[in-house]
Amino acid sequence: MPSPETRVGQPLISLRDVHLSFGSNRVLKGIDLDVQRGQAVSIIGPSGSGKSTILRCITGLLPTERGSIRVGDTDVHALKSEAQRIELRKRVGFVFQQYNLFPHLSVLENLVIAPRKVLGETATNAEKHARELLAKVRMEHKADAYPGQLSGGQQQRVAIARALAMRPELILFDEVTSALDPETVGEVLTVIRELTEEGMTCVLVTHEMRFAEDISDVVYFTENGLIVEHGSPEHIFQRPTNERTQTFLRHALGDAGRRPVASGDPFLLSNISRYSLSV
Amino acid sequence: MAIDSPVSLPLGWPRRHPGKLVLLAAVLLWLVFGAPKSPVFAALREWSPALAAGFGQNILISLLAIAIGSVLGLLVGALAVSPLWITRLPAKIWVQVFRNAPWLVLIYFTTYVFPFELHIGKSWISFPDWVKVTLGLALPASANVAEIFRGAIGSIPSTQWEAARSLAFTRAQIFRSIILPQCFKRMLPPWMNLYAVITMGTALASLVGVHDLIDTAQIASNTVNRTGFTVLIYFSVLALFFAYCYPISRFTQFLERRYAFS
Repeated sequence: MPSPETRVGQPLISLRDVHLSFGSNRVLKGIDLDVQRGQAVSIIGPSGSGKSTILRCITGLLPTERGSIRVGDTDVHALKSEAQRIELRKRVGFVFQQYNLFPHLSVLENLVIAPRKVLGETATNAEKHARELLAKVRMEHKADAYPGQLSGGQQQRVAIARALAMRPELILFDEVTSALDPETVGEVLTVIRELTEEGMTCVLVTHEMRFAEDISDVVYFTENGLIVEHGSPEHIFQRPTNERTQTFLRHALGDAGRRPVASGDPFLLSNISRYSLSV
Repeated sequence: MAIDSPVSLPLGWPRRHPGKLVLLAAVLLWLVFGAPKSPVFAALREWSPALAAGFGQNILISLLAIAIGSVLGLLVGALAVSPLWITRLPAKIWVQVFRNAPWLVLIYFTTYVFPFELHIGKSWISFPDWVKVTLGLALPASANVAEIFRGAIGSIPSTQWEAARSLAFTRAQIFRSIILPQCFKRMLPPWMNLYAVITMGTALASLVGVHDLIDTAQIASNTVNRTGFTVLIYFSVLALFFAYCYPISRFTQFLERRYAFS
C-alpha cells in the first residue's frame, strides 16, 4: 500500500518500538510512528490506548523505557538533562485538552511570557508577534481579558496561539476539542485546519473522526498501546483492513454508510449487529 | 461574563442591622451623658492612655511576629517543596515541631533560653522581653506560614506545571512566573487569619512580664481596686481585641468569597 511518508525524505518525527509503563500498567507496547515535515498526522483510537502518552513522550514530558524517539536531529530518548529537554521543547508546541492557560495572566501576557522568559525576545517584539497570532486565531479583541472570562473555545484558540508564539517546528494537539461543546468545536478546528494548510507540522490526537479524515495526511489507529493500523485517511476510514479498526470506526462514526459492505446474510443472527437499529 | 446569582441582592449595611445600630447609638449616648458622673468611668478615662499604649505594644509584637514569621515561613516552605530530601527534612521537622508546641511554652522558651543581653564586639545590646516574645510568636507563625505556602503550591493544578514545561520553562522560571503569583492570592486569606490568631496570642506576653494591654489592665485593676472597675476594664480589653481582630476576620471572609470563583 503506498503511504505518503514513503514519498518524502527523512521524517521530522520518528518513533521506533517505544515502550512505557506506569507501574505495572503497560501503556505503550512498541509504538512505531513517522511524521514528515509539513504533514498533519492524526492518532485515533479508544480512550486509554496511549494516544496522549505518545505526544507526551515526543516532547519529553514523559520518559520512555525502551525504543527510540527522534525529533529532527534530537534523540529524545537519549536526553539526559532537563536543559536538553528544554531545548527540544522550544521547538515543539503542545496544546492541551483542558487549555491550561495561566489564569493569573491576561490573554496577551499568556502569549508573551514564554517568548520573553524562555527565548529572550524583547517586550515589543514579543507583543507584536502575540497580537499577530491573536488576530490569526480571531481573538485580538480579547487581548486584555483573563482566561476565566473566556469560553472554552476561545481559551483553546488562545492556547493554540500561545503554542505558536514560541515559533515551533511542529505542534502536538492533545484532544483539543474534547472538553468543548459541539458548537465551539468548529471554531477551534478551523484554526487547526488553517495551520495545516500553511504547512505547519501537526500531530493530533483526536476523537473528531470527520475532521481527522478531512485534514490528515496520515492516520494512525492505536489500541492497547500498539499501532494497529495506519495509512492514508481514505484507507483508514473507507477501507480499514483491521477488524478492530472497523469496529471502532463503526461506533465512532455511527454512520451506516461508512462501514464496509456486509458480506453475510442480513437475516443471519450473527450479522444483525452490523445493521443499525433505528426504531 | 456576569454570573447571575439566583439570590436577590442583600440589603445595604444600615438597613440590614437596624437593631444593632440602635443599640450602638444608645450605648454611645449613655457613655457621653451618663458615664461621666460615674467614678468607675472616670478611672477608666484616666487609665485609657496607658491601656492604649499597652495595646500598641500588642500590635507592635503581632506585626513584627507575622513579618518575621512570614519571611522565615516562606523560606522553610520553599525548602519543604524542594525535590531534595536533604533540604526537605529539616523543613519538615521545623514545621512539625513549631506547629505542635503550645505557644505559651514557646514564649517561655524564647524568654528564658535567650540571653537578656547580647555581646557583639565591645558593645552590649539589650535583648528586651518583648522582642523575645515576638520571636516566640514568630516561630509558630513561621511554621504555619510554611504550611500555608506548601498547601498553596500543592493546590496549583499539576496541569499548570505541565503547560509551563511544554513551553520550555525551567523549574525556577515556572516557580517564579507561574506558580508563585497564583500562590500568593490563595495564601492571603489563611495568612490574614493567622495574623488575627497571632494578635490574640500576644495576650500571652503579659505572662513573661511584657508591659502590654493585659498587664496594664491588671495594674489598673489592682490600683483602682473596685469591682466595677475590674469588670469594666476587662470588658474594655475584650472590646479592644475584638475591634482589632474582627475587621481582619471579616475582610478575610470577603477575600475568600471573592477568590472562591477564580
